[in-house]
Amino acid sequence: MSKYRTRSNAPIFWGLFGAGGMLSALFGPALIILTGVMLPHGWGLPADFADFPHVLAFARHPLGKLVVLAVIALFFWHGAERMYLTLKDMRAGALPVLRLMTYGVAALLTLATIALLLAIGF
Amino acid sequence: VSKRKPYVRSMDGWWKKNPYFVEYMIHESTALFVAAYCLVLLVGVIRLGQGEAAWNGWLEAMKSPLSVLCHLVLLAGAVYHTYSWFKILPITMPPVIVGGKKMAPEALTGTALAVAAAAGLALLALVWRIAL
Repeated sequence: MSKYRTRSNAPIFWGLFGAGGMLSALFGPALIILTGVMLPHGWGLPADFADFPHVLAFARHPLGKLVVLAVIALFFWHGAERMYLTLKDMRAGALPVLRLMTYGVAALLTLATIALLLAIGF
Repeated sequence: VSKRKPYVRSMDGWWKKNPYFVEYMIHESTALFVAAYCLVLLVGVIRLGQGEAAWNGWLEAMKSPLSVLCHLVLLAGAVYHTYSWFKILPITMPPVIVGGKKMAPEALTGTALAVAAAAGLALLALVWRIAL
């Protein structure tokens, strides 16, 4: 037996799950109303709010990038952890496959979002 | 080697047999709504990076009645996520001591839901302020 206890990687995924769960519980409904209904229709917003230059300026600002990344990545990591645990409970398949389907997709999506935000420029 | 074939109770549909687990599955399934919303936003970021015409096309698609309907479904999922997330908060976080007494679970959930409502309204107010 090893002298050292094996360290689990679960706290990392649990932390991302918790952060995403809290963020989406606090701001999810408002964000969905904002980006899904108000933004495209311009309801309750100035006429030029959703215009390309404005949204581009937001996505080019470091803080804007951080907000977009935090929302997309953390929300998805939250969903991925829940889906992984539920699929595991349902015995839907081998654990490495389930991890790849959930954590794997979340990791890919996080990297893709970072790459896209960097490609948009500063 | 034992030739015995012990009876193993089937686990099929285990979660349908107990209302507690049915609710558990419903609140777990809000993960699908939260994840689906991420994909909508991701497509928006992709279209934004492709230029003005692509962005306007995305906005146009988001204006369709089907999109609004989908967002209302997402909203329902998100609201249920908020409710269930804070409903289990008393179990998931360490006890909160107020005035030397452990805070009642209902009070904790109620406070957290009030904070969530305030946070959502604050976000919309902030956007509105920046926009004006």
